[in-house]
This record gives sequence, structure tokens and C-alpha cells, in this order.
Amino acid sequence: MDWELFRSSFWPILRGGLTGTIPLTLMSFVLGLALALVLALMRISGKRLLSGIARVYISLVRGTPLLVQLFIVFYGLPSIGVVIPPWPSAVIAFSLNVAGYAAEILRAAILSVPKGQWEAGHTIGMSRRRTLRRIILPQAARVSVPPLSNTFISLVKDTSLASLILVTELFREAEQIAAFSQEFMLLYLEAALIYWVFCFVLAAGQGALEKRLDRYVIH
Amino acid sequence: MSSTDPAPARTQTPGEVLLSATGLQKSFGSNMVLRSIDLTVCRGEVVALVGPSGSGKTTVLRSLNGLEVPDGGTVAFDGGPSVNFGGAVSGRELSALRDRSAMVFQQYNLFPHMTVLENVIEGPVQVQKRRRAEAVQDAEKLLDRVGLLAKKDQYPFELSGGQQQRVGIVRALALRPDLLLFDEPTSALDPELVGEVLKVIKDLAEEDWTMVIVTHEMAFAREVADEVVFMDGGVVVERGHPDQVLRNPKHERTRRFVQRLLHPF
Repeated sequence: MDWELFRSSFWPILRGGLTGTIPLTLMSFVLGLALALVLALMRISGKRLLSGIARVYISLVRGTPLLVQLFIVFYGLPSIGVVIPPWPSAVIAFSLNVAGYAAEILRAAILSVPKGQWEAGHTIGMSRRRTLRRIILPQAARVSVPPLSNTFISLVKDTSLASLILVTELFREAEQIAAFSQEFMLLYLEAALIYWVFCFVLAAGQGALEKRLDRYVIH
Repeated sequence: MSSTDPAPARTQTPGEVLLSATGLQKSFGSNMVLRSIDLTVCRGEVVALVGPSGSGKTTVLRSLNGLEVPDGGTVAFDGGPSVNFGGAVSGRELSALRDRSAMVFQQYNLFPHMTVLENVIEGPVQVQKRRRAEAVQDAEKLLDRVGLLAKKDQYPFELSGGQQQRVGIVRALALRPDLLLFDEPTSALDPELVGEVLKVIKDLAEEDWTMVIVTHEMAFAREVADEVVFMDGGVVVERGHPDQVLRNPKHERTRRFVQRLLHPF
């Protein structure tokens, strides 16, 4: 092991994680989740057209590789005159992808809230929209935290694909140092270690969030 | 209405009609659960809907606030709204209907993610836009009345069934509705908890709240109801004073139903 190289490369790789991987993950997840909520509501709207559009979207996203989606946005769109820089391309591709998966999670979570909760909301005078916001979504949130955390942790790792469209993030930093030093094993293990630390922290955060949301449930 | 009284019964003129439902019809597929039901409720009156399961009594109750949308018939409140279910019914009409009443559910349906107090003030604050401090004050008085003030910061899962149902009743009262609807309020309770809930409802009856109650508790119906409506097979078989309907039924079907309750086996 070349410890000197490990030490000297640690900060550049970690910096790639802090300025690339993490912001990319957060932005994509937030945007993806917002779109997912819209898709989930379309799916349960009972309106054929809306539900059909959402269903086709979800099927396309889940039925095609993320790498292909990323390449279509960055390398494909320019051939029809749409040129998007690396960073926005990555955010767009990851958000659209996350939305497809998270939509199904949210849909299931919303449907898991008993019908009596909707009725109770209506009988205290609430509209559908207000019942959804005040009564249903807070309960659906609790159910959806574990599966959404899975999606989130997958996304952290999937952002390494952005290195293939020239986004400077954790893995691209490691690759560049590896190419230069020819120490592939060392640098890839180092990158893997930092991804693992990120995900370890996230899993702990998931535990804390679940505990908080579980405060009104029998244990 | 004075602001110190958290849940005053509205000024009542006994005998004045508050609600009239006419010609309610409903089918689920080929199963006709309501065949032209009429129901009139006067201010201050307690109406008990009784009958075997599947008789349509819960469907009638749920039609009064549009949780169930009948295929035909009208539900009209004195002073509005009047909803005709024959045509398309808008969300606005249903919500106008719901503004006149509040409901207590068989399964309580408290909001599990809110404390007892939050459950009670949710409607007054979020829907009726009353000042939070005032809503809290009212809620605390009502909770005190049913002996649950000490539980106000607890979550529903920490309460017994009887306590949850009393919160359910307080949540309904806090809306200051003209009409209270009870859907088998004690059917999900352990037998030893039924009494505490019936006691609260009985007190409300004595305060001249207007109520429609679907119940299997015949002794209770006989004691609090001004009118008993016996339904079977989607029709009203018999209605009248509880002593008459439950003690001296005119119809064979009513007689058999009452007998079955008195001598279950």
C-alpha cells in the first residue's frame, strides 16, 4: 500500500464528494421527490388520462438503464439542438429517474392510510386537498421513509455515473488520480471507502428520522 | 351563544325541522341497499336508526353528510344546503352538506399523528379559521367535560377504546355542528367500556343536541331516542316512539328483530 498516495489523494477525492456527489444527490432527490408526489397523485386521481400518463412515465423510467437515460440527456439531446452542460444534465437525469421509483413508493404509502382517515377529514369539513396535506401525507410519510431511504442511498452511489458525462464528483476525482498514478486498486478502494462512509451516515440519519416519525405508534 | 360555553346547543325551537331527507336510493351493483328512504329530524330531537346488519341504516346515516353519495333523493337542511342526488353532485355541495353536521365513527378514526388536543382543534382552526387560543380553550373545556383533560397531550394509541371514542365525540362537538351523526359508536368497544361512551351521548341528548344514531344498543335507544326508525332490507319498516317500536312493534319483522336481541340463542 502506498500510504503517502492514499493520504495525499484523500482530500481531493473527499472534496469531490462534498462539492459534487452530495449536492448532486440532494438536488436530484428533492426535485425527484417533488415530481414523484405529482406522479403519485396522478396515479391515484381516478382520472384515466392522468393516471395513464403517470403509469407510462414510471414504466419507461424503471424499464431503461439509468446510464442510458443520462447519456440521452447529455450526448443525445445535442443532436436535436438541445445542449445542456454536464451538471444540469446530471441533475435532470437523476431527478427524472428518482421520480419514477419514488412515485410508486409514495403511491403505496398514500394508499396504506386507512379510508376512515379520509372520511374523518371530510367530516370535519376538509376538502380533499387539505385532507391530503394535513391528514394523509403525514401518515404516508412515516410509511415511506424506509423505502425512500433506499432510493436515496442508491442515488448517492448512482451519482458516480455522472463521472461519465464529465461532472466533477467523487469518483471522477479518484479516476483521474488513478489514471495519473496507475494505482487503480488503491484509489478505487479509497473511493469505495468514502462512499461507504457517506451511506453509513445516511443510514444513521434514516434511523433517527424513523424514530421521530414513529413517536405516535405502538412499539 | 356565549363564548364561555364551549359547546352550546344551538337555540332550539322544538319541533322545527332541521333536516329532511326524501327518497334516498342507493345500489351497490345489483344490490339495492336503500329503496326510497325518508327521514325527518327536528331540532333537539334524537333519532335512533336500528335494524339488522345490511339493513341500510349506516348507508342512510352516511348519505346525510355525503360520505355515501346516493343514486337518488334529496338531503335538505333548514337554512341550506339542499342537495339533490339525482344529478351530478359537486364537491362544493358535499362540503356544504358536511358543514352542517359532524360525525362519530365506529372505529373512532382519530388522527393518529396528532395529540388529543390537536385532533380536537384541527377542524376549528384549519377549516373554520377560528383563533387557535380560543379553539384550545374550547377544546380543553370539552375534554374536561368528558374527563379527558389530563390526556390532552397524549397520542390516540395511548388511550383505551372508550377514551378514544370520547375524544371522537369531543372532536365532533368542537365543530359546533347543528347535527351530530353517530355510526355505531360503541360497536368496536370492549363491553366494559360501552357505558362511559353511552353516558356522554346521553348527556348530550339531555342538552338538546340534535342527533342521529345508528346503534345496536336497544336499551340505550329506548332511553335516549325521541324516535326509533327500524330498517330492514333497505326500507323503513316501522318508526315511532321507542316504547312503541321496541316494546310493542306493529310489524312482524320488527318483532322478530327485537326478539332476537332479547333472546340471542
